[in-house]
Amino acid sequence: MPETAATPNVPPRRQRALQALRSLFTPLLPDDYLELINPLWSSRELRGRIERISPEADGAVSVLIRPGFEWSGHLPGQYLRIGVVVDGVHHWRAYSLTTEPGRSDGCIGITPKLVPTGVVSPYLTQQARPGDIVRLGGVEGTFVLPSPPPRRILFISAGSGITPIMAMLRSLDRADAMADVVHVHSAREGSGVIFGERLREICDRHQGARLHLQLTAEQGRLAPVDLDRVCPDWRERDTFASGPGEMLDELRAHWQEQGDPARLSIERFQPIVGSEGATAAGGRVRFLASDIEAECDGNTPILVAGEEAGACLPFGCRMGICHTCVGRLRAGAVRDLRTGELNETENGMVRTCVNAPEGEVQIEL
Amino acid sequence: MSTVTVNPPQATTEENPLARLSPEQLDAIGEEFDAIRDRVMADLGDRDRRYIESMIAMHRRLAILGRVLLLASRRRSAWVAGTAALSAAKILENMEIGHNVMHGQWDWMNDPRIHSTTWDWDNVSPADAWKHSHNYEHHTFTNVRGKDRDLGYEIMRIDPEQKWHPVYLLQPFYNLLLAAFFEWGVAVHDLNFEAIESGEKSKDKVREELLAIGTKVKDQALKDYVAWPLLSGLAAAAVEAGLALRETRTGKRRSGGLAGVAGRALRRGLEGSRETVTADATANVIRNAWAYAIIFCGHFPDQTYTFSEEEVEGETRGGWYVRQLLGSANIEGSPLFHVASGNLGYQVEHHLFPDMPSSRYAEVAPQVKDVCERYALPYNAGPFGRQLGMVQRTILRLAFPGGKHRPKPGPYVGEEG
Repeated sequence: MPETAATPNVPPRRQRALQALRSLFTPLLPDDYLELINPLWSSRELRGRIERISPEADGAVSVLIRPGFEWSGHLPGQYLRIGVVVDGVHHWRAYSLTTEPGRSDGCIGITPKLVPTGVVSPYLTQQARPGDIVRLGGVEGTFVLPSPPPRRILFISAGSGITPIMAMLRSLDRADAMADVVHVHSAREGSGVIFGERLREICDRHQGARLHLQLTAEQGRLAPVDLDRVCPDWRERDTFASGPGEMLDELRAHWQEQGDPARLSIERFQPIVGSEGATAAGGRVRFLASDIEAECDGNTPILVAGEEAGACLPFGCRMGICHTCVGRLRAGAVRDLRTGELNETENGMVRTCVNAPEGEVQIEL
Repeated sequence: MSTVTVNPPQATTEENPLARLSPEQLDAIGEEFDAIRDRVMADLGDRDRRYIESMIAMHRRLAILGRVLLLASRRRSAWVAGTAALSAAKILENMEIGHNVMHGQWDWMNDPRIHSTTWDWDNVSPADAWKHSHNYEHHTFTNVRGKDRDLGYEIMRIDPEQKWHPVYLLQPFYNLLLAAFFEWGVAVHDLNFEAIESGEKSKDKVREELLAIGTKVKDQALKDYVAWPLLSGLAAAAVEAGLALRETRTGKRRSGGLAGVAGRALRRGLEGSRETVTADATANVIRNAWAYAIIFCGHFPDQTYTFSEEEVEGETRGGWYVRQLLGSANIEGSPLFHVASGNLGYQVEHHLFPDMPSSRYAEVAPQVKDVCERYALPYNAGPFGRQLGMVQRTILRLAFPGGKHRPKPGPYVGEEG
């Protein structure tokens, strides 16, 4: 089954009414008819309408979306799966939410940047129009601003890595909790700073906030050692970093050597699988539905090994978010390639896209 | 490699074109059909999505129109119009939408709502069992005697090579019953009694499938014969009560007080319910008869060939394509006819490319004819009346012992006139 949207928060009374009318419409639902009037009324999948699209620097746009039902909320820094139809086909992508939770208009926002070779970002940045309907999946991600927020914060971002940080800044701004915040942001040139104006505005509003903008085309890249210059007390701060993998690797190493790694949180956009160095023992995987067997090494997700062996397997996001690829584990154990966590729950559900076998495995797919 | 090309078939009275094609020719045909399929599948996009979405929207509008007309019907004409709209809705939903979505024709859209794994139809046959017996068994073993259970649906002698049995004397009779109650026939057929008897199908599986049928039957009956009639009855009673009260107030008529009003409302309510029951039953029978007619014209007209298991042993992809081509027959008709028949008027194209969106069959038909012409293969087709007539003649003739294969049309030679 293809990737699906989240289930909306339908008010209980409405849910009961829809339930009561079910037998009139079986095998369809009252929903299927109500959708003809307003597609946002679907109570099976959460949809949203694009309210506004505003251009940002560097080929990005901010897309403001009004969910069909009350938004169940998110934490600043989390990302959202969003489904759009491009040339007839549903595509799903995960984007960081760039708006703070609890906006008075009930809207949520993302800020995709154009990837010319992509499918979804060209659609969102160039073709989408206010009024278009999108599907909204679950909110996920552990790169979040804790509540209450730490007293002293350092944000380090680069390029489009600003997006989850933006939600954190907006959230702090709204709560007026910026007594001591330093934000170090890198961009190639001044005209290409996504959210450039707004970053300055937020900073200007709060006495305790300071923004260091590093324009790499003129000033070169900011190395971790430069932190001693731009934010000498970085060791005493809780740091949130988001940007290219290389930058994050350097920061992580620097914190391990000179700081407290527990106080550094990072967001990687690019999968995730294997990047933290988690590996499993590997082994033979047997797919029970097709009776196909695949040899799977400890770095390869079961899904990939199965596909290479010719099995036709369900898949969705391929990054452990959407649960489209799950299969029941009938025998053996698997290891999560993102976290290194071992799962040997017999008959448990396993996401094949982020798990590798730990020895011989049988999976019901 | 295929024994088909080495040994000509023994049992058939006329040469089966499959037998004279060399393995190389079969491979070349396979490549040509693959190429036709690949071109269309690579081209699918917005236009196709709009098509299926418009069909789905049309089904829902027709269904609502039918239900509302029946709810409000105090006149015969409203009943007739409501029943017609509901029949059309059920036909569209079963044929152009349900059958084709469950074939996976629209899976490429990756839409969880319009997908073979999630679709269920307005029919007593459960989706999963149907997908197995139809998509897998029938489409894989098309017209292979002893393997394609759709060849006469296990209860009819539709091919002279099926052994005669006295029970077939009754087939002209139960043929009519099957037409009227086709959806029930399909539900029972999917159970596969042969597999149950042979033990190939486990008891648990049978129980599970019976339960699924039971659930479908219950839901369908609740909708068509309880919920909507109840609603119609209430609506009719309310309207009647309103009228009666007004007449009492204006003094037009002595109504016999509240009891009289209630009596009138009750009588009219029961009448309204009964009208909806008959409307729903009529719509189901019309849908059944239409589906029966279209589907029987798919493989049973005189032009089609059947195959023995030996003929298809070691069959290649090209051989599979040719068997689909020989075993199926098209129905000629207008675009409206093709939508109403779920594009099964393009049965040949559907059997060659079962998972290609049905809206594309008309477009690939000339390419299929072109292949037929170049390899001197038949392209079976005819007008609806003639095709259905041939099928009925076969059913009558083969109810009795004996019978021969009817003459075949021979290679396709391009459009006439």
